[in-house]
Amino acid sequence: MKSRKLTIPYIFWMLVFTMIPIVIIGFSAFNDGKGNFTLEPFQKAFFYSGVFLKSLLIALISTAICLVLAYPLAYILTRMKQSSQKTVTMLLMIPMWMNFLLRIYAWVILLQKNGPLDLALSLLGIHGTYIGNTAAVVVGMVYEYLPFMVLPIYTVMSKIDPGLIEAARDLGSNNAAVLGKVIFPLSIPGVISGITMVFVPSASTFLVSQYLGGTDDIMIGDVIDNIFWTDQNTGAAISLLMMVLIFVFLVLMNLFGDEEAIA
Amino acid sequence: MMKQKNGALSKLYIALILFFLYAPIIVMIVLSFNKGNTIVWKGFSLKWYGELFQDRNLMGALANTLSIAVLASFFATILGTSAAIGINNFKGKTRSIIQNVSNIPIISPDIVMGVSLMLLFTFLGMIFHFQMGYVTVLISHICFCVPLVVLNVMPRLRHMDRSIYDAARDLGCNEWQAFFKVVLHELMPGIVSGLLISFTYSLDDFIITHFTQGAKFQNLSTEIYAMLRRKIPPTINALSTLLFVAIIVIMVIINLRDRHEEKMKNEK
Amino acid sequence: MKKILSILLCAVIVCSSAALLTGCGGDTVGKNGEVNVYSWGDYFANGQDDLKDTIKEFEKETLIKVNLTTYETNEEMYNKLKSSNDNYDIVIPSEYMISKLIREKMLLEINYDNIPNYKNINKRFKNLSCDPDGKYTVCYSWGVTAMVYDKTKVKEKPSDWNALWDKNLKGDILMINNSRDAMAIAMQILGINPGEKFTKADIDKASAKLKEQKPLLKKYVMDQVFTEMESSQAAIAPYYAGDIAMMMEENEDLDYVLPKDGSNLFYDAFCIPKSSKNKDNAESFINFMHKPETAAENCKYLRYGCPNDEAIKLLPDDIKKSELTVPSEDYLNKCYTFADVSDDIYAYMQEQFVKIKAE
Repeated sequence: MKSRKLTIPYIFWMLVFTMIPIVIIGFSAFNDGKGNFTLEPFQKAFFYSGVFLKSLLIALISTAICLVLAYPLAYILTRMKQSSQKTVTMLLMIPMWMNFLLRIYAWVILLQKNGPLDLALSLLGIHGTYIGNTAAVVVGMVYEYLPFMVLPIYTVMSKIDPGLIEAARDLGSNNAAVLGKVIFPLSIPGVISGITMVFVPSASTFLVSQYLGGTDDIMIGDVIDNIFWTDQNTGAAISLLMMVLIFVFLVLMNLFGDEEAIA
Repeated sequence: MMKQKNGALSKLYIALILFFLYAPIIVMIVLSFNKGNTIVWKGFSLKWYGELFQDRNLMGALANTLSIAVLASFFATILGTSAAIGINNFKGKTRSIIQNVSNIPIISPDIVMGVSLMLLFTFLGMIFHFQMGYVTVLISHICFCVPLVVLNVMPRLRHMDRSIYDAARDLGCNEWQAFFKVVLHELMPGIVSGLLISFTYSLDDFIITHFTQGAKFQNLSTEIYAMLRRKIPPTINALSTLLFVAIIVIMVIINLRDRHEEKMKNEK
Repeated sequence: MKKILSILLCAVIVCSSAALLTGCGGDTVGKNGEVNVYSWGDYFANGQDDLKDTIKEFEKETLIKVNLTTYETNEEMYNKLKSSNDNYDIVIPSEYMISKLIREKMLLEINYDNIPNYKNINKRFKNLSCDPDGKYTVCYSWGVTAMVYDKTKVKEKPSDWNALWDKNLKGDILMINNSRDAMAIAMQILGINPGEKFTKADIDKASAKLKEQKPLLKKYVMDQVFTEMESSQAAIAPYYAGDIAMMMEENEDLDYVLPKDGSNLFYDAFCIPKSSKNKDNAESFINFMHKPETAAENCKYLRYGCPNDEAIKLLPDDIKKSELTVPSEDYLNKCYTFADVSDDIYAYMQEQFVKIKAE
């Protein structure tokens, strides 16, 4: 248990399958395509700073919404019967097993003009467009990543010692105080894992914005996807910049969490 | 935690979230019965199900997708869990370095990861005389799954009380017994959610698979994404519907069996 | 944990056995080796719509196993061909990519003696401009870009690309999400011929034109054009003529326009890359796909132009007469084929298009 040997296969694995790819990316980001060192790819990459910001913003909003939705859900889950807990966890994951593209297509249909949502709301006399804007992109993101927020929080919460809660109650805490002073602080590692798992992929994803957003909702993942084939160097530079931004975010988050956090 | 009863409000909340998650699935199921070739409803028909079974490629692709997802999440879970336990024993800087590096595969955009893995495999392939295919796809999937497992196991590990391991040792377990009976048991919820999330990511991955698939391997998502130039045929909806129904049926059967077992126990 | 594992395992077993069952009946397929085809997705008739599965027919007849993998863009295909050690026997790139592959000596010369059906191919599609000596290619399909519009939203039949800049249709216009086609449309309006070598300055002008269009647009689309137009979500869109024919079958309100000054004529051709290890099988694959019956099936499925004269004779009248699948000679003479520009210009064009979208 105290042994560090367990990490050895993994460290070897990382050296080969993580470090080498990262070196390849780094190499092409500082390269003019003919093998000479240059910073030009980064200059080109800075053109997209607006897109960078927008992607981070969309990712942050989606992560926040996921957290707000997932936290109570995880809490309710832990208060269920053991067998129901398992069933509901599975029910949360199963939709994610259908192909990503099919799910996005389905959202396009749900949100489009004269689609189910539009028809339902127009019965109530509400008319509007629900697709082709940033809000639709956020809905798509929340949908894609919500289960990845619920699971880690639930995992940690279910580990909290019931004795602690009972003790807090005996000492006169009401429900809100128990939640705020006992459960929440203890669940922070799970929250941080959840945020990582939602924020990171949603910042770098592509296609969601292309399908649900309008002409202004391009994200950095789409830019990389669009540009990579004709200009791998700039593509690599944008990717590196994005990875650095995400890293910074994770480190900042750790300052708020504690050193247990993953980043 | 305490097994208190959830109020009606909690149940409503869960129902709403599940509705949100299943609404697109319902759309997909409805479309699979559409007579027309589009998203416009043209009447009920089973023809896409008939055509589905004509399509040998699709069925083979499905088998590949599922087996890769199962194997990748399984191996990633083993590798990730042991890595998390190991990482946890490091202190300070070393630990944060290992953790940071471990996150790279999920932080880097898929396309970049995919292309660099392709270059790596091609290079290794020239040295060891192999070509890309099932195995290289599997390795790549393990690559991006491991950090997900670490992320899920780690918080649980940090919370674990070390004394229970020591207690197990004192009570006569050897190192391995203590590990398997006590530590793993404690970590299980984290391991399970890591496994589930890995499985899900693996099912959905397209780009990394695309670059490491070689000339002969095809899975469901590479098939579907390649159809993007034209449009996704409704047979894919039919396939997903069948898959969905199969999963739900299996789940119900297992649940019934569990409940039956519980009852038997109670009767005793 | 057990529960989840057993669910996963059950699912795998069920599906693998289903796959085995449907794959049965072809034990001898593979006796004569295999052929690795790397193609656009969904590019052969696959047994749907009462058509034959042309690849399965090939396997049955020749007992050569086909390994089909697919790509979404020419560039993706190029990259894999260039940097991986996969052995592909057949690729089906578009004209500009063929020029590039020939330039970089990445293709094998085809032995036309092994492809007797080559004689069925219309002269226009032999010795293509990208392969002037006719050594490396056998054309598979071709087409033009056109516009599809919704008659309930666009009252008067448009005549040229300017309709895509119509302020009255603001928020209802779709634009093709592909730098080459989008730039070509803008250039044509500006009077620049995209068929002749153009400069970065020309691209800048076209970009300015596209920037002007962006506020009027609903979306940049590729495959989504099908759902958008078929379910009457947008008014007008440029797309490939064969695909427009498919959309019109699904929605009676749709009609098409071939821009009066001509448009982009593109073609995709079978090529055999250097990495091929089964060249003979590749040639018999090409030959089989150009048997009149097979080519006709593929054409009925794709609705793109068919270069095979004998196959056209077998097509039903409504397809044969459709301007979208077979535009008239007169019209084709007005069309241009996208110029073979240098990598540098191509990258610049792509970059500018991404910048328009990112701004």
